[in-house]
Amino acid sequence: MSDAAIHCRDLRKHYPDVKAVDGLDLYIARGECFGLLGPNGAGKTTTIEILEGLIPADSGDVEVLGMRWNGYSRDLRERIGISLQETQFTDKLTVIETLTLFRSFYREGHDPDELMRSLSLEEKRNSRVGKLSGGQKQRLAVACALVGKPDILFLDEPTTGLDPQSRLQLWEVVTKFRSGGGTVLLTTHYMDEAERLCDRVAIVDHGKVIALGTPAELIAKLDAPNIVEFTSDPPMTSDDFANLCAGYHGCAKRGDFWQLRVESLAEAVPRLLAVVESSGAKLVTLSTHAATLEDLFVALTGRELRDA
Amino acid sequence: MPDAAIVELTRSRVREFIREPEAVFWVFAFPLLLTLALGFAFRSKPPDKIPIAVVQGPHAQEWMAALSKSPVLLTRLLAPEQARDQLRTGKISLLVEGDSQPVYRFDPTRPDSRTARVEADDALQRALGRRDVMTAREEHVSEQGSRYIDFLVPGLLGMNLMGTGMWGVGFSIVNARMKKLLKRLIATPMRKSDYLLAQFFSRLIFLTGEVAFLIIFAWLVFNVRVHGSLVTFAVLCLIGGFAFSGIGLLVASRASTIEAVSGMMNLVMVPMWIGSGVFFSYERFPDAAKPFIRALPLTALNDSLRAVMNDGAGWMTIAAPVGVLVAWGVVCFALALRVFKWQ
Repeated sequence: MSDAAIHCRDLRKHYPDVKAVDGLDLYIARGECFGLLGPNGAGKTTTIEILEGLIPADSGDVEVLGMRWNGYSRDLRERIGISLQETQFTDKLTVIETLTLFRSFYREGHDPDELMRSLSLEEKRNSRVGKLSGGQKQRLAVACALVGKPDILFLDEPTTGLDPQSRLQLWEVVTKFRSGGGTVLLTTHYMDEAERLCDRVAIVDHGKVIALGTPAELIAKLDAPNIVEFTSDPPMTSDDFANLCAGYHGCAKRGDFWQLRVESLAEAVPRLLAVVESSGAKLVTLSTHAATLEDLFVALTGRELRDA
Repeated sequence: MPDAAIVELTRSRVREFIREPEAVFWVFAFPLLLTLALGFAFRSKPPDKIPIAVVQGPHAQEWMAALSKSPVLLTRLLAPEQARDQLRTGKISLLVEGDSQPVYRFDPTRPDSRTARVEADDALQRALGRRDVMTAREEHVSEQGSRYIDFLVPGLLGMNLMGTGMWGVGFSIVNARMKKLLKRLIATPMRKSDYLLAQFFSRLIFLTGEVAFLIIFAWLVFNVRVHGSLVTFAVLCLIGGFAFSGIGLLVASRASTIEAVSGMMNLVMVPMWIGSGVFFSYERFPDAAKPFIRALPLTALNDSLRAVMNDGAGWMTIAAPVGVLVAWGVVCFALALRVFKWQ
């Protein structure tokens, strides 16, 4: 048996109007937390649902825990746990009833009451699902994914729309699951989530992997650890920053906002001030930060993750 | 625990239903109210007198006197124009006019007008001295099993089994599909057949309450009884519930919005409300249409319910309509399994 939890090769899924997945390869080791990162419409959900055996691929090869979906479907379902992007459980059932129902589908699994405690849902034990907050519903969704003691946990945008505290709680659940040896595949368009949770990340755009590695490796690919952002009045129109300084690696413009990737802030900032001044404009805002995965995505595609 | 799943699914479905007050009203209270309203509207009472009029003229007083002796007719004296007007608008069923010999003016397509003509003629002839050559004795029938309410209750029961069977299954499935709950369920090792069977089982649980409720109510309020075997009656209700759950499952097998499934449900149910003899006998339809009407599942259910409740029939007598019901259930369930859309 290979040590791959999930292995897919040359995965393709074309819809009439869009190539949702367009030649995608992934290798996810057991015990790893792997993130699929990308903007809305990049093909993340289609990819994860193919890997979950919920939709068929047009072509390509998928192995989960060394088994193919065709023929091993029931065995695989016993060993994976899934949280879909937008499942609504029955409003009229309580938390414990919903968990007990899902528990009944698996041969082996957790005691629903224990699971509720570890997800801080025990106070809501007898509340109707319809009365739960967004964060509580999401924790219930993850609880339903965990109730069959899965080897792999699939989470499709688990924290989208959640408040910061609920996100932290959910991250803790994922971390706890991993400490027990579990494998996690999650999709997200939050950079900080990927950087914080994932061992490795694949950045996906237009159904293809455009970058793959640990968060640190990916950021290192930028060759420019620092980002300078500024606006000026009147706005700069030329993108001719090439001679700014030695460590200049490129720029991107969003509205009136310029974003420059540089090696050294100490060198770049004074030079930038001079360039702006000599063009006859006045600097309005200036900020700098250490490069993130978000900046890598902007550098790779010229677009931003959240609104691309 | 393969059996635990089907128990839990059925239990969830039952809980979901009883926590929905509107659904409980439509399933349990509405049929009772309908039975009550129709039962009182058509309760047994002395037959209404038929209103007729005599037009003012030379013999008018004499004819009025003769006609007022009839127990069936309610006679008034009217001016010619007013009389014609009332006949035209249906306020009276027959006009007696004429100068020397009476003239009966009426619409022969109206049954009460024809009755009025016979009664009026009879009364006038007798007043002029006709002697009957024979005397017949009358025996009036109002036995249990032959009243309108006895016809109505099995029909309402059948209609209710159809409505709740189809809605109970169809609505919950389409709702679960819309919420992506079906997709979430098939992402678990749950057997698909367990889910669909749980829909049936939960239906059968409600059906028991629903039928018992209506039958006990009709017995207490209108003295409607089940003359046949109660076991036969109960099994027949279960078969009916099974058939309509199967049809509901098929109707809901691909619909992805409540509007779509509502439209299709009505398309299936409305013709049967009218055609299958719920409120009036389908014997009134042309003979050519009857084989089709008898092939409808609600006709089959109503016919067999009436046979068991009113005539005390056994399985041999109702074999044909029960066969029709079972066929509908099996074919629809099998088809639904094949075309069912889980996501």
